[in-house]
Amino acid sequence: MRRIISVLLENEPGALSRVVGLFSQRNYNIETLTVAPTEDETLSRLTVTTTGSDKVIEQITKQLNKLIEVVKLVDLTEGAHIERELMLVKLKATGSQRAEIKRTVDIFRGQIVDVTSSVYTVQLAGDSDKLDGFIQAVGTAGVLEVVRTGVSGIARGEKVLSL
Amino acid sequence: MELLSGADMLIRSLQDEGIEYIYGYPGGAALHIYDALFRQDKVKHILVRHEQAAVHMADGYARATGKPGTVLVTSGPGATNTITGIATAFMDSIPMVVLCGQVASHLIGEDAFQETDMIGVSRPVVKHNLSVRHPEEIPEVIRKAYYIAATGRPGPVVVDIPKDMTTPNERYEYTYPKKVKLRSYNPAIRGHAGQIKKAVDMMLAAKRPVIYAGGGVILGKASGQLTELTRMLGYPLTNTLMGIGCYPASDKQHLGWLGMHGTYEANMAMHHSDLILCVGARFDDRVTNATEKFCPGARIIHIDIDPASISKTVEADVPIVGPVDAVLKEMLSLVKESKTRPDADALASWWKQIDEWRAFHGMRYETSPDVIKPQEVIELLCKLTNGEAFVSSDVGQHQMFAAQYYKFDKPNRWINSGGLGTMGFGLPAAMGIKLTHPDDEVLCITGEGSIQMNIQELSTCKQYNLPVKIINLNNQALGMVKQWQDMNYESRHSQSYMESLPDFIKLAEAYGHVGVRIEKKEDLETKLKEVLAMKDKLVFVDILVDRFEHVYPMQVARGSMKDMWLSKTERV
Repeated sequence: MRRIISVLLENEPGALSRVVGLFSQRNYNIETLTVAPTEDETLSRLTVTTTGSDKVIEQITKQLNKLIEVVKLVDLTEGAHIERELMLVKLKATGSQRAEIKRTVDIFRGQIVDVTSSVYTVQLAGDSDKLDGFIQAVGTAGVLEVVRTGVSGIARGEKVLSL
Repeated sequence: MELLSGADMLIRSLQDEGIEYIYGYPGGAALHIYDALFRQDKVKHILVRHEQAAVHMADGYARATGKPGTVLVTSGPGATNTITGIATAFMDSIPMVVLCGQVASHLIGEDAFQETDMIGVSRPVVKHNLSVRHPEEIPEVIRKAYYIAATGRPGPVVVDIPKDMTTPNERYEYTYPKKVKLRSYNPAIRGHAGQIKKAVDMMLAAKRPVIYAGGGVILGKASGQLTELTRMLGYPLTNTLMGIGCYPASDKQHLGWLGMHGTYEANMAMHHSDLILCVGARFDDRVTNATEKFCPGARIIHIDIDPASISKTVEADVPIVGPVDAVLKEMLSLVKESKTRPDADALASWWKQIDEWRAFHGMRYETSPDVIKPQEVIELLCKLTNGEAFVSSDVGQHQMFAAQYYKFDKPNRWINSGGLGTMGFGLPAAMGIKLTHPDDEVLCITGEGSIQMNIQELSTCKQYNLPVKIINLNNQALGMVKQWQDMNYESRHSQSYMESLPDFIKLAEAYGHVGVRIEKKEDLETKLKEVLAMKDKLVFVDILVDRFEHVYPMQVARGSMKDMWLSKTERV
């Protein structure tokens, strides 16, 4: 099952490599990984999406918790949550394609953020399925380049991950 | 306020931490530190002949004393040579701090002479590692390192110290922090009361209980509580290879150790039990055999300081995260308070069954009129030292024989590399023990394969006068490899013989020690007595033992706990 694990990490050199190292050392899978400092500059927030059985996920959270620099973590998929990923995609856009792409971008509530005579660069945010859906809708033939940030997530409602 | 250089601060921090010994080897990036070491006499440095041995020595010291060991090496090869030792300590949760020199900060990343990313290289085999980024941080980093190494589930901590952090003419204010606080590291100090209560109720209701204790009992200094609880309940106890000595082996409730080469009765009792109380053990693959066939009728209570050890390989019914001594203490008082008593009838028939299993195999082995059996060497050593010696071992058949036939009644006396299985561990570990236990008998039980992996340390033994007794069970082959080849590869002995063994007697003499060879069975006892009488000498005892002996019992691969070979021909 796919899980989104959100981690508060000491913002120190080497901390990220411990998290990433743990996944490869113990043969766990990383699908996406995002990390950036938070409003508290001593902390980074890291979101990792992974897949595994309940037993594997339990081990992942326990092993992550054992890392000295991991301050707190939560498996967001255990409760209601919001997940977002940002994608920038460069599409071949000439002739009649230009209007067609524009319509699809509007349907997906994306934005065309850069234009040349033959290329559109589209920005799109949403959950991972929506981004996949967009690529499918425009067709891979016209896609020149895709860059995705990986998933960020946050719990719904009052629940917060903080110190 | 005192002003000290980084190097002096480092040594002062070690003094303030109460460190008695450092094991190490100097080199360029560590020279400022070595100079600071020279200008004081509180912390004693032991110069080894290879950095790996320094780590095993610190490890032996830590296992025998329960205090963290300390290693000091230089950057690059000095640091990388410690890795096997660090991994050994990591697998067995041994507290240790390894101080590594590093090239100066401005050179890091430039592939400078003797530069290695030790933080990166060591990361998978340490509990934690720390870099010094400013000389002023040194006291705090050292305090943190020992705190992390020794608390919770212990383990090795590496500290990387760039050379410019220890420059002699740059001085800073020195104070050693009394306390260290880490917001992200709070090991449990007691177990969950509700879980403990639930566990005790289950324990008292059990019909066929077994206590399965591990190295965590020794690390957690909980042998006393475990022994008291076990005796109060009257339940059978088995321990892991790492747990040897956590409960007296001579006691009738002790079933010996369990697992791949465990006793018949321990493995049978585990398989047929209805309740397993696991204390500070981790259901390692060398214990459980195939996990899907593991103890089908047993409910499991698992006490461990490390939550990640619980339900990792075998699901626990009642997990209890906490220090074993505190949890056992609470269990003891609950058992005392409880009106329920263990079911005496059920327990009597359980013991009757166990005694039958005990009688069935009883760790028998065939003796021979002229060939020396490795098992009898160990039994004899146990007798001659009254079971009181500190025994370090290397890895292989001799390790299993030593663990099976030397009866340990006290913790911290059986010292071996259980998790990583590091050949070359035995001699330096014995040296680390002897240094702090000069009046105790220290035996290094080894084989002709393992001993050659750190044999250069005979030189260190001479320098520091460490009269350990090296018992080389020489079967002229890598015995355990050969045994597996006999059993699984139709006796194709691929690379398991060494064709030019040294003359160990001359070798010992060349290093300034005494060498004794025992070839005849009739000489065994007299010669061993002579060896043990040479109190102030390191004696290398080269004993030619049966070349064809196998270690039994041995669990059948991918079977359950109860599937074992009991000899070359008997399988149950």
